[in-house]
Parts: sequence; C-alpha cells; structure tokens
Amino acid sequence: MKPFQKIKSIATPLDKVNVDTDQIVPKQFLKLIQRTGFGQFLFYDWRFEREGTPIKNFILNDPKYANSKILLARDNFGCGSSREHAVWALDDYGFKVLVSTSFADIFYNNCFKNGILPIQVSVDVLQKLFSTKSEIEVDLEEQTIKADNISVSFHIEPHWKKILLEGLDDIALTLQHEAEIVKYERSHKI
Amino acid sequence: MSRTLFEKIWDSHIVVDEGGRSLLYVDRHLIHEVTSPQAFEGLRINSRKVRRPDLTFATMDHNVPTSDRSLPILDQISSTQIKTLEKNCKEFGITLFDINSPNQGIVHVIGPELGITLPGTTIVCGDSHTSTHGAFGALAFGIGTSDVEHVLATQCILMEKPKTFEIKIQGKRKNPHAITAKDIILSIIRKIGTAGGTGTVIEYRGEAISELTMEQRMTICNMSIEAGARAGLIAPDEKTFQYLKGRKYVPENYDECVDNWRENLTTDRSAKFDKSFTLSAESIVPQVSWGTNPAMTSDVTGSIPFAEEYGKGNPEEEKGVTKALQYMDLKSGTLITDIAIDRVFIGSCTNARLEDLIEASKVVKGKKVSPKVRAMVVPGSQLVKKNAEMMGLDKIFKDAGFEWRESGCSMCLGMNPDILAKGERCASTSNRNFEGRQGAGGRTHLVSPVMAAAAAIYGHFVDVRELDLN
Repeated sequence: MKPFQKIKSIATPLDKVNVDTDQIVPKQFLKLIQRTGFGQFLFYDWRFEREGTPIKNFILNDPKYANSKILLARDNFGCGSSREHAVWALDDYGFKVLVSTSFADIFYNNCFKNGILPIQVSVDVLQKLFSTKSEIEVDLEEQTIKADNISVSFHIEPHWKKILLEGLDDIALTLQHEAEIVKYERSHKI
Repeated sequence: MSRTLFEKIWDSHIVVDEGGRSLLYVDRHLIHEVTSPQAFEGLRINSRKVRRPDLTFATMDHNVPTSDRSLPILDQISSTQIKTLEKNCKEFGITLFDINSPNQGIVHVIGPELGITLPGTTIVCGDSHTSTHGAFGALAFGIGTSDVEHVLATQCILMEKPKTFEIKIQGKRKNPHAITAKDIILSIIRKIGTAGGTGTVIEYRGEAISELTMEQRMTICNMSIEAGARAGLIAPDEKTFQYLKGRKYVPENYDECVDNWRENLTTDRSAKFDKSFTLSAESIVPQVSWGTNPAMTSDVTGSIPFAEEYGKGNPEEEKGVTKALQYMDLKSGTLITDIAIDRVFIGSCTNARLEDLIEASKVVKGKKVSPKVRAMVVPGSQLVKKNAEMMGLDKIFKDAGFEWRESGCSMCLGMNPDILAKGERCASTSNRNFEGRQGAGGRTHLVSPVMAAAAAIYGHFVDVRELDLN
C-alpha cells in the first residue's frame, strides 16, 4: 500500500444521506476477480443512463470535479453490503479522502485497508465544507482539515494513522504475533 | 465483574490485547465466490498459505443460476468467478460445497444447517449478513475482502471493541403466524434507524425473542446489519442445543459442549449495556417497506407518509423520502394495501428456510397466483429444497403458479439472471430495498414470507391477519 500523502483538492459534494454500497458499485460489476479497474463503475446507476450516456445533473459528471480527490457525503455513508469493491471503486476513481458525519462500520474498516482516509466530522463542520468554494487541504500527520472558511482537527485511531502514513501491510504486522497465535490455538479447542 | 454475552465471547477470543483494539481468534471462516478471489490472489502474491483450512468452509451462492443445474452457466464472467473459487479451494485445501453438492446453498443457511455455526464461537465471512449466525449465540460479523485475506493468512482479525446494545422485545405477538420475526426486525429498524446500531453488537432479549424458533431467530439476527450493527446475538438455550444436535460438523463431544454453553453463554444479571431499546411485541403488526432503505417501512394498515411528517424537521431525511418516493413511484397518502405488485420473490438468507416456506405455503395452498404477477420461490439451500419437496411444498407452490427454483442468493441482489426489469414492483422476503438492488430501476418492498405469498395471490398487499393461517 502506498503511504498516504497530504491532499489538497477541490471536494465533490455528494448531497445524499444513507449512501449504500449497492449505489457505490452496483452488483453487476462484482464479478471481476481482480482488485483494479472498478473506477469506471463508481456510482454507475447514478452516473449513467442505461446505454452509458452520462447523466448531466449528477455531481460526478460536473467537469469542475473531474480531478477531485475528496468526497463529501451526508450521514451513514457506505451502509449495507460489505463489498470492498465499493472502496476499490472510490480509490480507482481518484478519491483518497472521504468526509461524512458517520460511516458504516464495515465500509469504514475497508477504507483503511486500501489507503483511503475516512474522516468523521460534526454536522456543522460538514456543512461548512459543503459550502466552501476553495480547495480543501487534508493533513493526516497533523490531523487537520483546512479550507477558506474553516480549519479544524479530526480524530483518527493511532493504529490506522500509522498504517496509512507508512503504507503498512497489516497481515505482516499480525504475523509478528505468531507465538501468541500458536499459544492461543493450543489452549482453545472448537 | 459481570459481563454481557458479547463481552464473554470477545474476551475468550483475545489473542493479543492492545487496549481498545484486539487481535481476535476466528473459529469459523465462511467464504463465497464474490468476495474471495482477490483475497486468494493476495495470498499468492505474498507467498502466504491458508493458516487453518480445516476451519474454513466455502460455497458458491451469490451468482449461481437457480435454473436447471445440469446446464452450463451462460454468463461467462459468473462462470469464471465460480471456477476461480473451485480452483482456490483445491489449491489451498479448503472444504467446498460446490454447485452440485447436496449441501450447497446460501452461506448463512448452510452454516447452521451443517452445524458449522456453534454457540460461543467467532464466525466471519465476506458478507454483511454473517450476523445471521448470531442467532446461535455466536459472535458473527461481515468483513471486507482485505480482512478475508487477513483471516485466511492468520486466522485472526484485528478489531476495535464494539459497544453493547440491548434490544428487548417484551410480551408476546398477538398472532404469531401473521406477525413474524421479519415484522419484529423491520419494526425495530424502523424505530432505531439504519444507523441506530452503528458501532455496536446487539443482543436481542425478552419473551418475544425466547419464544421464537431457531429459524425465526436467524431472521432477526440476519437484519442486524440493516440497523447498522456489526452483529446481532441471541443467547443460546435448549432450542439452540436441540437444533444443532446430530448435525454434520458439530464436535464429537457435543453433550459436553452443551453443558459448557449452558453454563457460560448468558449475559450476567447485573451486566450493563452501553445502550438499550425496548419494544412491545403486542404493538407489532405486519410490516411493508415503502422506500429505499429498510427503515422506510410502514404497518400494513398504514399509508405512504408525507416527507415532512417522516423527516420530522430534518431536511436531509425529508429530501431522502422525496427521492425515495420518486424512485418507488409512490404517492404520499396511498394505502399500503392499494399498492399493486408485478413480482414476488420468496428467498434469501433472511427468509428462505424450511419454516418460511411452510408458512408461505399455507397462504398459497389451493389458490392461484394473480394473473398480473410473476412469483418465484428460491429455497435457501439444497437441503431446504429437498426437505420442502419431501413435504410436498413444491407441488403446492407450482400448482398455484409459482416458479420453484434451485438454491442461491438469487433475486435478493440480482447477481444471477433473476432480476427485476426497470419499473417492476416486487414483494420480496429479502433484506434490502436499496435502489436497483434487485435489478436496475426495480422497486422492492420488504415483507415476511406470508405477506409475500398473500401479495402473489391477491396482486397487491393484504393484511395477512385477515387470512386463515392455521
């Protein structure tokens, strides 16, 4: 995994509550056996007509946000299915930071495993970010979000911060506990 | 110190404790064709093995066709995914219940059926409905593909400890044939919301939960994720032990295990939950979802709400309702029982076990599916299908005009050819009414098996309390 860098970008404001992973990547695209190439399917049914023409008034189709690396969304983002394809699609499309008032548990976990930073903020902070016209700067090292109308710090578990900043492989980290795993297996039957 | 059932299971699986975060041992790992290929690929790239193939079980369920199994799979990409699972299981020595196995079925139906699911264990699977297994007093939750790879390589999972959430259903249902486990869980989600359980493990308690059968308890725990919870739990009791006895994969010293479970797997009387919610079973009536998330649900006697009334002053919620009603093509004020339907789906890990089919068949017996409706039954597993056929249920459904199909996830998520056409409206016993879930542009109403069966016969929703279900 690539180490997480400081991000400065215009943010895409997705003004929707309860965005589920079925919307992030519809099921017809879950049949691939690789991790790559899912960006083209991101929000597919919201982004495209059935024949593949872009739907004009969907925010991702606004050229202004074409190179955006930050996605803003309303409460309970990523609910529903555990499909990690949703995170692969966001990543492949170019989003590296997600900001919402809350994330669903499995989705939140999946983000860190793929080098994406999900940031939970208050309703007021989110509202300010939605209304800013400037670029937003996210500094994970300092745990800050800055825009022309706001400058706040955010919370992140130290473990996840380290994983993201150093681009660590968490399986390798767990395998360092081999002795403890063996010990547990010896004492625990079923 | 007194502890909840969840805390006892959590504590007994800690391999390494890092404060709020723990490396937990996984007792059972279930895998399927959709969320596992990239995990196996990761193992290969890093020259890693599956640590405990003996604790890992696989089946193919999400995109398998439910038509004649002797025919080749027409969808080449689905076929590749299925073959990839076969190849991976062979290479890494994992038990696979393949498409021709008498034990094939939806992973959350076959786990309990085969006795792979056991009280007090930790169970994970790359599928959010893994919460189903909590009905047996197991700590069971869905994980993403990276975690599937992590568990394959280490048999452990790194997790922050969730909070505890007690949901108590007091009293008894007034008419247990008409008011089902599905109506209980939809009522709960409707009240606490789709994020009401985020960050928690729910323990369902109370008289109305104790009186449920094991299969009904599975329906409740299955939809815990629809309330945002990581897992749902019900303390095991004599019904649990009786259900599992003699099943294929239960331990040889089963009776000894039962003694141990009976003694240890309860929430201590003075244990405290982080959160609590109580609902009276007597207040619950048959439920029908009308929107695009499972909290958007109404009593069958109700009507489609107005955005302002539902949103209660929250502009985001109001916008959500307006958009949902637009997608569902429904008008505020319409009676639920006036909604006509095109399709009926009785299936999924929520409601496709034997009891579900028995209950639905009582509504259908001797009647005909409305000429305007196409209806199908997709049993949850090959074993469910076989048992149902031995009871003659297939004949009841087929005589009425239902399609009787092979087991799989089918139209719950429409990864196989079973999908809704754009604009079609479906009464479905599944778990998610998200936009496009059952097919792009399709409209899903979540209901119980008896409600779905009745909708098939009448062509619109009816209050099943008015029918003779005995």
